[in-house]
Amino acid sequence: MQRTFSSPIGMKAVMAVTGLAMVGFLIAHLAGNLLVFAGPEALSAYARGLRKIEGILWVMRSGLILSVFLHIASGIRLSLLNQRARPQKYAVKKRVKSTFAASYMLLSGLVILSFICFHLAHLTFRLTHPEFAALDPFDIYQMMMISFKSPVLCLFYSVSILLLMLHLNHGIASLFQSLGIWHGNINKFVQVLGAFLSFALGIGFLSIPTAIFFNLVQ
Amino acid sequence: MKLNLHIWRQKDKNAAGQMKTYTLDGVEESMSFLEMLDLLNEQLIAAKDEPVNFDHDCREGICGACSLVINGTAHGPQEAVTTCQLHMRSFKGQSDIYIEPWRAKAFPVVKDLVVDRSAFDRIIQAGGFISVNAGGVVDANTFLISKNDADKAMDAAACIGCGACVAQCKNASAMLFVGAKVTHLASLPQGQVEKKERVLRMVKTMQDEGFGNCTNTLDCEAVCPKSIGVSHIAKLHREFLAASLTTTSNS
Repeated sequence: MQRTFSSPIGMKAVMAVTGLAMVGFLIAHLAGNLLVFAGPEALSAYARGLRKIEGILWVMRSGLILSVFLHIASGIRLSLLNQRARPQKYAVKKRVKSTFAASYMLLSGLVILSFICFHLAHLTFRLTHPEFAALDPFDIYQMMMISFKSPVLCLFYSVSILLLMLHLNHGIASLFQSLGIWHGNINKFVQVLGAFLSFALGIGFLSIPTAIFFNLVQ
Repeated sequence: MKLNLHIWRQKDKNAAGQMKTYTLDGVEESMSFLEMLDLLNEQLIAAKDEPVNFDHDCREGICGACSLVINGTAHGPQEAVTTCQLHMRSFKGQSDIYIEPWRAKAFPVVKDLVVDRSAFDRIIQAGGFISVNAGGVVDANTFLISKNDADKAMDAAACIGCGACVAQCKNASAMLFVGAKVTHLASLPQGQVEKKERVLRMVKTMQDEGFGNCTNTLDCEAVCPKSIGVSHIAKLHREFLAASLTTTSNS
């Protein structure tokens, strides 16, 4: 076990499995958030419903927290090893098949991490908006309305989501390769799946702050 | 063609190198890239200057000796060829060419554009072989191998060990090379006995030599002169994960 996970291939497998868990969370998170378009009652009912399965929720949360931690730790460890592997840089270097997303995974990942910290402070711990204290704790709808009327916050969320899209665009296809699933026609399917899922998740998440900012949600 | 060549010059492995610019006239489109460098060297020698050192051997694209990162791409702009098979017609309309050695901690520069690729030899020595008793040649049909497996092994065995994959990879990873070697032997019945130990030892040597790690950018397969694909890296992952989780030996 130690030999597996201390090796770069083992660390890549850890990044792949934890990445997959986080993609699963994102799909569920987006499905819940899209209820904002169904109105305040639907969103509050969803928030209250989640409280009823607190036990299961904590198991999932623990898995998610562990995934985030392991994903970041393995990513940073691999990046440090990779930087050491080429001490002298090229004077001229081209990307041949590599995409922009693949070249800046660490950077996009670190920005997403800072976004997650802010997002937790904003809507989970509610430290950024004192006016949330006056609201019903399940009135997520109103909290979103207050938040995304601010152009600064709307822009920050949008940029972070675009970076998430970029990260997933490479990450989803890449996780299959890391787990050894990349041969024959599967690689083409995996690349299309990665592009589709990252795009769909990105558009889904972007739709919320954008719709609120432009008064498209009543 | 008249060219401005920006070439990495480094006296020896301990000296600090730098890019130096040379102007070269009289280059013909039909010349190979290495013939163009030969022309430069003839002029440098005539001027009692030190010629540019670079690796080359067969000049037929099969030995894996030539290298060079040309304008930021290993083996230059043409797909699926080695530098010796690249011709100056590929540089029509260009006046500046940047020529650098493979850059990786595991491939230290020996002189100018020559790098020490013995790290690859040590990876092969760690497991890129099968152990057989010496003796008479085994009859051709003793081992029955399906066409599919033979093709797979042959595709992987096309690797000439030039190191372009390492040079182009943004992480200086050798996983395409190791993946090709592991796939080659793991696809054949002769390679089965030592399959697990082989992958464990080769991956460990790869790490110890200081190569980086694959982040699936696919640049390696794009510059491989033998068009070896990253599916071999996926196979390396499968072989390594299976072997490391099921083998108790310390190899």
